Amino acid sequence: MTPEEQKEFIRRRKARNKVIGLVLLGFVILFYAITIVRMGD
Amino acid sequence: MTMTAVPTATPLPTEWRDFFALTKPRVMSLVVFTGLAGLLAAPGSIHPVLGFTAILCIAMGAGGAAALNQWWESEIDGKMKRTAKRPLPAGRMRRDDARDFGVLLSATSVFVMLVAIHWLAAVVLALSIFYYAVIYTIWLKPRTPQNIVIGGGAGAFPPLIGWIAVTGDITLMPVLLFAIIFIWTPPHFWALALFVKTDYADAGIPMMPVVRGEKSTRRQVLAYSVVLFGVSLLPWLIEGAGLIYGISALVLSGLFVALSVPVGLRTTRPEDSMKPEKRLFAWSVIYLFALFTALVADRMVLS
Repeated sequence: MTPEEQKEFIRRRKARNKVIGLVLLGFVILFYAITIVRMGD
Repeated sequence: MTMTAVPTATPLPTEWRDFFALTKPRVMSLVVFTGLAGLLAAPGSIHPVLGFTAILCIAMGAGGAAALNQWWESEIDGKMKRTAKRPLPAGRMRRDDARDFGVLLSATSVFVMLVAIHWLAAVVLALSIFYYAVIYTIWLKPRTPQNIVIGGGAGAFPPLIGWIAVTGDITLMPVLLFAIIFIWTPPHFWALALFVKTDYADAGIPMMPVVRGEKSTRRQVLAYSVVLFGVSLLPWLIEGAGLIYGISALVLSGLFVALSVPVGLRTTRPEDSMKPEKRLFAWSVIYLFALFTALVADRMVLS
């Protein structure tokens, strides 16, 4: 792998990890909200 | 080292945008709209958080099914100009990754629907994903020129699921909403197929204008439009919707039929501008949005 490819590799992995992190955080918040609403039923 | 003729996917990690593209975001926006319309038109109410969750699940399910569709059709997509730039045929993603992503999205959507909303909504959602990914994509699309009719079934599920998320049961009304989109799809798509000559034939997909010819396709467009006229009025006739919907359906569907008549009866000349077909296609898109908006407005005013 050339240094440019290495750089691109790290950039893509970082971007992907960020998106996965945000999606997981979103699910945590969603499940918290669903639980609160469901307990109120 | 020997070179292989098969283009291999990039060794670099796939961009997250390509995963997003795999969910067919533009199709998803229509799915979200009709799903939301079903949810809002249903009698009863749902907590906004749960309503949001239900729509999210419908969207995720549609995205998962779209990913599975592209996993299966990557070779066909590579043969057609319109689809050759998708992540898989363009070699920006590994095929197995697309499959796993599709399965993960589908399974998550059904699971969340099950625990957060209602078991019946989850069952119908699972059924809709199976219908699109397996019955339509794998089984019938490459085998019959009725593929568009069958595919319309997949697009018809969202308002049904949205409705069930609120009521927890299946009554005649949500089934009619299903029927409207089901009947709407063939004239909508075939109008497009008449003026956009795509390379389906090269890819081995039996599209109606290619298999049965233009004349037969035109007749069928008109026939479906007439049936759509009747079916779209049913929610009003069975008193599942009020006057706002009834009059809207009458006008919108009346125009649909009026625009279908020239498409159904004419024959194409050389250097034809295909204006009637383009007009019908444009109207069919407006039609669906307007009809479902009228349904929701009707319900909002009545309650």
